[in-house]
Amino acid sequence: MAILVDENTKVLVQGITGGFGGKHAQLSLDYGTKLVAGVTPGKGGQVFEHGGHKVPIFDTVEQAARETGATASAIFVPPPFAADAILEAVDAGMALVVAITEGIPVMDMMRAKEAMCGSSSRLIGPNCPGIVTPGRGPDSSGGCRIGIAPGYIHQRGKVGIVSRSGTLTYEAVWQTTQLGFGQSTCVGIGGDPINGTSHLDCLKLFNEDPETEAIIMIGEIGGSAEAEAARWAKEFCRKPIAGFIAGATAPAGRRMGHAGAIVGGAEDTAEAKKAILAECGITVAETPAEIGTALARAAGW
Amino acid sequence: MASVAAFRAMNIHEYQAKELFDKFSVPSPRGTVAGTPEEAVAAAKAIRGKGLVIKAQVHAGGRGKVTFKNGFKGGVHLIDTPEQAGEFAAKMLGETLVTKQTGEEGKLVRKVMVAESVDIAHEYYLAILLDRATARPVIVASTEGGMDIEEVAEKTPEKILRVFIHPLAGLQAYEVRKLTAGLGLKGAQAKAFGKLLTNLYKLFLDCDCSMVEINPLVETPAGEILALDAKFGFDDNALYRHPDIVAYRDTDEEDPREVAASWAGLNYIGLDGNIACLVNGAGLAMATMDIIKYAGGEPANFLDVGGGATKEQVVAAFRIITGDPKVEAILVNIFGGIMDCNVIAEGIVAATKEVALKIPLVVRLEGNNVAEGKKTLAASGLNLIAADDILDAAKKVVASTK
Repeated sequence: MAILVDENTKVLVQGITGGFGGKHAQLSLDYGTKLVAGVTPGKGGQVFEHGGHKVPIFDTVEQAARETGATASAIFVPPPFAADAILEAVDAGMALVVAITEGIPVMDMMRAKEAMCGSSSRLIGPNCPGIVTPGRGPDSSGGCRIGIAPGYIHQRGKVGIVSRSGTLTYEAVWQTTQLGFGQSTCVGIGGDPINGTSHLDCLKLFNEDPETEAIIMIGEIGGSAEAEAARWAKEFCRKPIAGFIAGATAPAGRRMGHAGAIVGGAEDTAEAKKAILAECGITVAETPAEIGTALARAAGW
Repeated sequence: MASVAAFRAMNIHEYQAKELFDKFSVPSPRGTVAGTPEEAVAAAKAIRGKGLVIKAQVHAGGRGKVTFKNGFKGGVHLIDTPEQAGEFAAKMLGETLVTKQTGEEGKLVRKVMVAESVDIAHEYYLAILLDRATARPVIVASTEGGMDIEEVAEKTPEKILRVFIHPLAGLQAYEVRKLTAGLGLKGAQAKAFGKLLTNLYKLFLDCDCSMVEINPLVETPAGEILALDAKFGFDDNALYRHPDIVAYRDTDEEDPREVAASWAGLNYIGLDGNIACLVNGAGLAMATMDIIKYAGGEPANFLDVGGGATKEQVVAAFRIITGDPKVEAILVNIFGGIMDCNVIAEGIVAATKEVALKIPLVVRLEGNNVAEGKKTLAASGLNLIAADDILDAAKKVVASTK
């Protein structure tokens, strides 16, 4: 088990001929991901070659899905065209759309999210590191890596991780690997104010996943998504959760890199969020270095 | 209150806000910007109103109560004649004003705005924001304008009206009527407000605003509805399609460290501490600031070099960090996903050569291509302190300043 993706998930990459898209397509192939197609408008018929793999490139997602059976898409399309790429993936019936692109205008995302309503596709991101279900090979190879996370830090195991921030996801992954717990699935939901999948969505999925025994939830200043997830968990989550909130030292009113990370009111400060998490029975790590040990405490491992 | 989606550090001047309002037919008092006393006189003559106001154009708030370094008091003045406009302009233009926000250095006034002074029958509040919880624009309106809206929301929440707009359907006529009725506007004023709101919503969308706030929105004794004071926030992800708004940027009003960082494509926010940090990823950058504080230090900045930083950007980052005289030590914390650790390592080596680094440097590298990165650092013979994890790094960098 695991959530959303596993070693059999067939993945396509939108923007596979771009610099980042191509590089991370290579890393995903090296990791053992079933990367079956690339999409770049105007380059249909070409082949993306890497390490003995020959990945066909298509002009449209619809063609790629029909020819290869891909069900998940990774989007590495530049910001001005990314919302269109998301909707194209949705139109082609992708079950999972993972938007890595950073810098998509908020209005574009607002419209795209509304336009997705009623479809069966799930969007992760944008502005996110993607999703990894680690494999069982050396350095966790053989798993499904969609996005940009370094593969070797993972280890197949029992912790579900959800985070807004990419690099903080890696911290949590690395710590749980070093402690020998491993991960079921790691989801980076992205740092933008409007995103597809929320902390809460992931908690619900992890709660139902038999392989996930405990959960790490990482958030930051701005918005109320972590509080909403914590309140749900207090009532419904059957698994221990450790949490971390970044941005305790961030000055109010300044946007801290992520478009969503800004302290606007009393409720969205790091202190307020940590207090809500703790009230809801989540073990809060004081520093990002202690996320793994906080989880061990929460789970009694 | 609804939370604001994405602010840009970039503010715009009052006269620029007026330009945007004019462009979108959002009525506001007549006014013109002036860069010289002569222009101020001409501006005042053009308005031909009986009451006028002259205002220094700086981003700092509380302009009314400032003192200039030349002893002149007040950045906002009511005046009666074009001659006076010239006199007051001469006292403010090219002079430096000091407020709590500006600190002792103060701010140089380069422009003044001359506008008609309007009489006020009633003050309203009107704003459009992007609400992240519902992922749609929300219009916020109140009969209690001219005061702190957060306070109004807290004490008399029933006086705050909110209408959430469907992103694809757009602002509907009934929604305008709902707000008009909620504010108690009737007849010609209702019509004027409806038109203003419709145009303001168009401005909000067309300019990719994250926020536009009019406080106060005034009704004059003659029944006009005018935007008297406005604040704008823009989605900086969308600025690529708004060169006109980018042109409004006034770097003289910004922290010079942040200006330098923005030219280098770095995400930097200056703070007051003694330990600089260079990190990849906004979340990790925030967490690194937090852990510096936890370890007993004070962060000097937020700096996210992003996922695709080049060697040149790392060098630029070091230049900005080491240019800050308060900085006593540097912590580099990299967990490479997109980021190649070796690019960072090469940047560090190049940068320390260029800036002749004299303060302690603690480096923690992990992730994509970390082995190569560590090799590059080791081969350089650089005198740096290596750290194994983020807490180790924070402790070492704080210890290095003691």
